[in-house]
Amino acid sequence: MDLKPGSRWASQVCATEVVVVRASTEPVSLECGGHPMAPVGEDRAADLTLDPAFAGGSLIGKRFADPESGLELLVTKAGEGNLAVNGVAIPLKEAKPLPSSD
Amino acid sequence: MHLSSLLEIATDALGDRVAVAACAGGALTYQELSERVDAVARHLAGAGAERLVAVDVNSEAVPIGLFGAARAAIPYVPVNYRLADAQLCAILERAAPGLAVVEPSVPPRLGGGVPGLSLLSRDEFLAADGPARVHSAEGDPEDPAVLLFTSGTTGEPKAAVLRHRHLTSYVLETVEFMGADPEDAALVSVPPYHIAGIAAVLSSVWSGRRLVYLPQFSAETWVDLAAREAVTHAMVVPTMLGRILEVLAERDEQLPALRHLSYGGGRMPMALVARALEQLPHVGLVNAYGLTETSSTIAVLGPEDHREAIGSTDPAVRHRLGSVGRPLPNLEVEIRDPSGAPLGAGAHGEIWVKGDQVSGEYLGRASSVSAEGWLATNDGGWLDEAGYLFVEGRLDDVIVRGGENLSPGEIEEVLLSHPAVADVAVFGVPDEEWGEAVAAVVVLVESADVDEDNPVDEDSLRAWVAERLRSTRAPARIEFRTELPYSETGKLLRRVLKAELGAGATPTP
Repeated sequence: MDLKPGSRWASQVCATEVVVVRASTEPVSLECGGHPMAPVGEDRAADLTLDPAFAGGSLIGKRFADPESGLELLVTKAGEGNLAVNGVAIPLKEAKPLPSSD
Repeated sequence: MHLSSLLEIATDALGDRVAVAACAGGALTYQELSERVDAVARHLAGAGAERLVAVDVNSEAVPIGLFGAARAAIPYVPVNYRLADAQLCAILERAAPGLAVVEPSVPPRLGGGVPGLSLLSRDEFLAADGPARVHSAEGDPEDPAVLLFTSGTTGEPKAAVLRHRHLTSYVLETVEFMGADPEDAALVSVPPYHIAGIAAVLSSVWSGRRLVYLPQFSAETWVDLAAREAVTHAMVVPTMLGRILEVLAERDEQLPALRHLSYGGGRMPMALVARALEQLPHVGLVNAYGLTETSSTIAVLGPEDHREAIGSTDPAVRHRLGSVGRPLPNLEVEIRDPSGAPLGAGAHGEIWVKGDQVSGEYLGRASSVSAEGWLATNDGGWLDEAGYLFVEGRLDDVIVRGGENLSPGEIEEVLLSHPAVADVAVFGVPDEEWGEAVAAVVVLVESADVDEDNPVDEDSLRAWVAERLRSTRAPARIEFRTELPYSETGKLLRRVLKAELGAGATPTP
């Protein structure tokens, strides 16, 4: 998986879509709902189903960051699956909204 | 990331929401904006344009041009159409080759035209389309997205290069995706060739806030438009705010929808900030500090900071009303001495900044960012114990009096704290004995009571400074005026005053 910043990825088992905000320091597998994500616009596998262990859901506009690899994602479409890297769910990155200066 | 991705993602999520209001042909939704952007990109690609130049006032052509150029993988180059003819030509020669969207007054001013630059009116541009297919592949974040020419009046014009990765980093780190409420609207009155005009497009599109464009600033039309469009957010430069407050007071208008007013682009007199807080109690004020080369804001003083400062009896906290707040969390800011060594809290030096949004690059020149990623801003300043940043102005403006370096900002701050002083400019003028002497041009508040026993005159202001700083910092010359010269983007034109006083236009007291 070439998870370069700006690349967009879609879940194969739910509606979730993400954009890579920060690249990982090492090659990793990005997953959603228990299965690898695919580049947005590519065909998804037909026979996959949502893994109940990764069905916490993803919320639009939220950031997720993998503390291990440094990979950071922004959810651009919400879905039922939750995001994971190498089989481990990754945590929400809490950010206090800044006052708008523009 | 690439600007095209920003628009694409926002359009996927917000397709039917209004992206740009009050356009010539009605409002544009995100979907319609994207379609216009694609059409313009096809035209640019078909014409083989290498740059998209804009010499025009504000309109929907700004976001369409900015994203259209990005989609066509060429830089967007907004230029100030108010420049003198010779300067405009010089800048356009550097901006060429490419296609230029121009305001009606521009073509006759260019004489025989500019080699390599084909001109289009705004209407032609907005209707433009082309046969070329534009690749849907992700753009290269390394490509220059925007070139902004600096406003310097001497020497060769310099163009700051902002790459896609700089601008998208700023947006991703500071703006919450879809963070705006559906009714939110941002009034943009800063010109497109100002970095704040570029940042406004990107932040609004990413947050889902509709853009409302004021073609050219006047306080009356600003207030009209803000009321009519129920504007919730606006950014103004200091000179605009004073005039807006006057019009609001005259009309007894409160702008109930307005929630957020940010100011930046120059030093704001503290009295004006206090007046804004008083006159618009429902509005959160935000002071922002940034440079073109840093993709706009690097420090903000938020609404809470304003309220805390104005309501505090602790002088240090109250003083923060004159700060630019704290650096953005994704950036590092340091104060350094002339050798480049970092200084602690309270020490005055040069402001340095490091972060992904920092470009520090000019067209045709080596990058001014250090190997470790630090940019020296050429602004003087200091950080207080709590991390609030105080900006004292360009280091070029430092006054060298008898070998001692004096900061005009520090002296101005003290003079502005005098209840009778509304505005002030401090600068150096040639002096036979000291090399340079401190001069001040002062604007007194209109309602300043005339106290027979304690008149506000040169001597009393000199004493005010000497008591609070040192006698060497007290202005040797003080002149009173009714207003100070500012550029249209709110920069105090010290050099104008310096030339006037330095030439001995007024008798030495």
